[in-house]
Amino acid sequence: MTMHVDLLLVSIATPLAVALAIFAGLPKRYSVKLAYLGFGVPAAIALWLWSRFPTNPGDTYVFLSAYDLGLELLGIRLKLGLNGISLPLFVMAGVVGLAAGLYAIQSGAERLKIYLALLLVMQSGLMGVFASVDIFFFYFFHELALIPTFIMVGIWGGRDRSYAAMKLTIYLTVGAMLSLIGLIIVYYQSGLESFDLINLRQEAVANPISATAQKYGFGLLLFGFGILVSLWPFHTWAPLGYGAAPSSAAMLHAGVLKKFGLYGLIQIALPMLPVGASHWSGVLTVLALGNILVIGVITMAQRDLKQVIGYGSVMHMGYAFLGVASLSVIGAGGVVLMMVAHGLSVALLFLLSTCVHHRTHTFDLTEMGGLAQKTPVLAAFFVAATMASIGLPGFANFWGELAIFVAVWKFSPWVAAGAVAGVVISAIYGLRAAASVFFGSPTETFSRVLAQTAPVDLRWGEKIPALILLVALLFVGFWPRSLSAPLNSALQAIYPALKVLPLEIVRK
Amino acid sequence: MNLELLQSAAADNRWGALFPELLLGCLALLLLVLEIVLPKKHHSAIPSVAILGQIALLIALIVHFRTGFIGMTTFNGLLRHSVEGQFMRVFFLLTSILVSILGVVSLSRQRMPRIEFFHIVIVVSAAMMLLVQSHHFVLFFVALETVTIGFYILVSYYRTNPLSLEAGLKYLIMGALSSSILLFGIVLLYGVVGNPALAPAGAAGSMDFSSVRQFLALHPDNFLAKVGIVLVLSGVAFKIGTVPFQIWVPDVYQGAPTPVTAFLAVGSKAAGFAVLIVLAGVFAPYQKLVIPVLASMAVATILFGNLAALTQFNVKRLIGLSGVSHAGYLLIGVIAAYTDPAAIGAVYFYLFAYLLASFAVFGVMTHVSGSNDAEQELEHYADLAKTHPFLAFVLAVGLGSLAGIPPLAGFIGKLMIFLTAFHAGLYVLLGVAILGVIVSIYYYFGWIKAAFFASWRLPAPAGEAQADLPRVAVGWPAKLALGSLALGSIVLGFYQGPLVEWLVLR
Repeated sequence: MTMHVDLLLVSIATPLAVALAIFAGLPKRYSVKLAYLGFGVPAAIALWLWSRFPTNPGDTYVFLSAYDLGLELLGIRLKLGLNGISLPLFVMAGVVGLAAGLYAIQSGAERLKIYLALLLVMQSGLMGVFASVDIFFFYFFHELALIPTFIMVGIWGGRDRSYAAMKLTIYLTVGAMLSLIGLIIVYYQSGLESFDLINLRQEAVANPISATAQKYGFGLLLFGFGILVSLWPFHTWAPLGYGAAPSSAAMLHAGVLKKFGLYGLIQIALPMLPVGASHWSGVLTVLALGNILVIGVITMAQRDLKQVIGYGSVMHMGYAFLGVASLSVIGAGGVVLMMVAHGLSVALLFLLSTCVHHRTHTFDLTEMGGLAQKTPVLAAFFVAATMASIGLPGFANFWGELAIFVAVWKFSPWVAAGAVAGVVISAIYGLRAAASVFFGSPTETFSRVLAQTAPVDLRWGEKIPALILLVALLFVGFWPRSLSAPLNSALQAIYPALKVLPLEIVRK
Repeated sequence: MNLELLQSAAADNRWGALFPELLLGCLALLLLVLEIVLPKKHHSAIPSVAILGQIALLIALIVHFRTGFIGMTTFNGLLRHSVEGQFMRVFFLLTSILVSILGVVSLSRQRMPRIEFFHIVIVVSAAMMLLVQSHHFVLFFVALETVTIGFYILVSYYRTNPLSLEAGLKYLIMGALSSSILLFGIVLLYGVVGNPALAPAGAAGSMDFSSVRQFLALHPDNFLAKVGIVLVLSGVAFKIGTVPFQIWVPDVYQGAPTPVTAFLAVGSKAAGFAVLIVLAGVFAPYQKLVIPVLASMAVATILFGNLAALTQFNVKRLIGLSGVSHAGYLLIGVIAAYTDPAAIGAVYFYLFAYLLASFAVFGVMTHVSGSNDAEQELEHYADLAKTHPFLAFVLAVGLGSLAGIPPLAGFIGKLMIFLTAFHAGLYVLLGVAILGVIVSIYYYFGWIKAAFFASWRLPAPAGEAQADLPRVAVGWPAKLALGSLALGSIVLGFYQGPLVEWLVLR
């Protein structure tokens, strides 16, 4: 066991150590080489731990380890471990991090060393978020990953970067602060004065938190985490931020870091505050439908490729919120699967949209067309990614959305009808975006651009990260059980113990 | 008075308990002597003597941290030595070392007498040390006045700069006013405590803190005592700059030389809080009065400080007003200490994190400011990340820690305050504090934005060279100091180690 114990810490410490070495002034040659290590090691560890993970973990954490960093008296320890809920996300963080890192290394960004170092800090925080058993460190690692995002948007960003960075900072700080208060309520009202999730859960089963405290606590966590996950109508930072962010930062933030909020709702808020959850589930359903329908319609109106992807990612979060609002094991399980799938597919889309931009020099959908003739491989990847994000069978997204629809149907058929309408909307904007970039005949302006610089197809530096993400999507799509078995086992053990959420079985 | 009584009184004068203050006094005098004795070309070595002397003393103090005097009252009840007092001694010594280092950098750009600056800084630090250990209203007032008078001189030290003079005058008037309010409060307390009709037999007239507390506990509803308490609290509130006594802060912070601004922001404020914690204990029998007074001050302070800082473009005013809001957060800790004693540890930790972060920021300000020390605008920070990456890094760490962003020390400080506030049931104050933190993100990040994100500058008219922004290269002592401050903020964010354990357990 001791070997595994260290691995989680290694997966967090390696990227951080490489980043510090780069900040300390490592020459560029070695920086890039070490960056491969910094992104590769966490991914390798994540996959290795996945292969070693028991299929039936129940309510236990595996690979547990704990370190005292001096806040022991406040009930805070650096406690690392994985359970069935965090494993899928931990693996996804490793894989998306590897893809984003590989893409960044070959991107030739200005001041590449610092860019890679910031990305590595972010990667370290992401691994930490999902490996933490202690709520304090769960929050702490999230902020650690958030700071580089602001800096990267502000320095390497595109249009409106200064405004976008500021807006991102303020929105996400508000969200983080609200959720921090919610977490403090859990900390005190449990009567334990401990941030250890395992102890907190046991205590919540033995002595549930009072109903009033649950209502306030869940409300704070819902809106705090909700802002971080771009819950409608607090979503406006997301499309703006992703529009301005450099591609690797957008991949890591939209793909992985944003899942922090949903993960917090499922891992902490639902099991600890079930009464609060049922109190808020009606409000959450309405807001989630806002995400799906209102943002869906807004997405259809976008004429900018990056905005389509940014708004589309906001819209898909609506499904995840519906899964949370359904208050069921199958809904929660669907959300986790969907988080994994969405993380992979949105990262792939951001990566490919930057590849498109390198060839067309514009994101404007009305000024493109017919790119598929020149770059068939890019077109194939892009269409596949679009299909994945719509939720076609064979891709990971299908399973997540299916489970959520089943859960929502039990909850309310009317809401389910609204959610399914969203699939049509996402098919419309997704396919239309793909069609206007790759098919049809090129517009006049685009023909001129094409004449000046003949577009080349995907280079290996772009192909490899894209391939990693696509293979991961297909793997989960064809073998969902590899993730859903431990997930199902954990959720069933954690949720029914609280006797409020209905017991359902995630589809295997 | 007979000889025996005199002898017994003298026997209580344990001079050994005062060795840091005494040595500081000697060091301060030594500097003046050196200036007379040494030939002029060697005068540049005197600041180094000041800094090295203080560092030596700091090491001695840390090695000798657990003295035998802890828990004792000496000098016939004038002083009380405690672990907190030792902690604050280290704190003030660290402060004065850093102020001296910044002073060397800042004074190099001014045509001013040098040595007196270090002399006064050292004397003021010694007075602060006495202040936080005072156990008697008389010594309390004398030490406080020594600190204040030192600051009158320091604030207007750049006497050729009109803004510095203006700041000095404002500080003098406001300081005198606050001292007289404080003194009036003390006199009222003296009046009731010294009343033989009220006081317990034999204790009448003693103004040491424990007998005042004893008296207040016996007479929990004395009107004059209430007035006295409010006036004393107001006097202290001037020093820490809480609303409605914050009026002097922006102008004085802007006009004072940057190292002195740092000294005011960190040293003076910390001294105020250390004293406030002691006084809050003395006034504990009057909680029903003290808590609402402090709580309303905290709410107004947090809101005013943050909202006023939002509109500032001069970084010295900005940091001054943001410092006002920090006083508000700290006040919450002081109030929470009535229900949750762990809050005292949280306040000390917060102060320490605040010291690290503030000096990092002030250190960068000292290097970025031009010869006109009062004019430091946000736009002077344009492209700092490109021209001086080290300074920009230190600035980002300092501001991030002040804003309370994890993983920096400031976040842990805020978290500890919030936790204790929640524990003590101060939900409204907590809500206001959260609001304040969110507002503060805007101006702290605005500053970081100015330093990091490429910005457009007005092109110079044809034929003129682009005016260079006033910046100086960073010398190695300053580099060492700033580097360790930034590192301290980061390390303390990840690993709080024995510091927290010690502060909370005590």
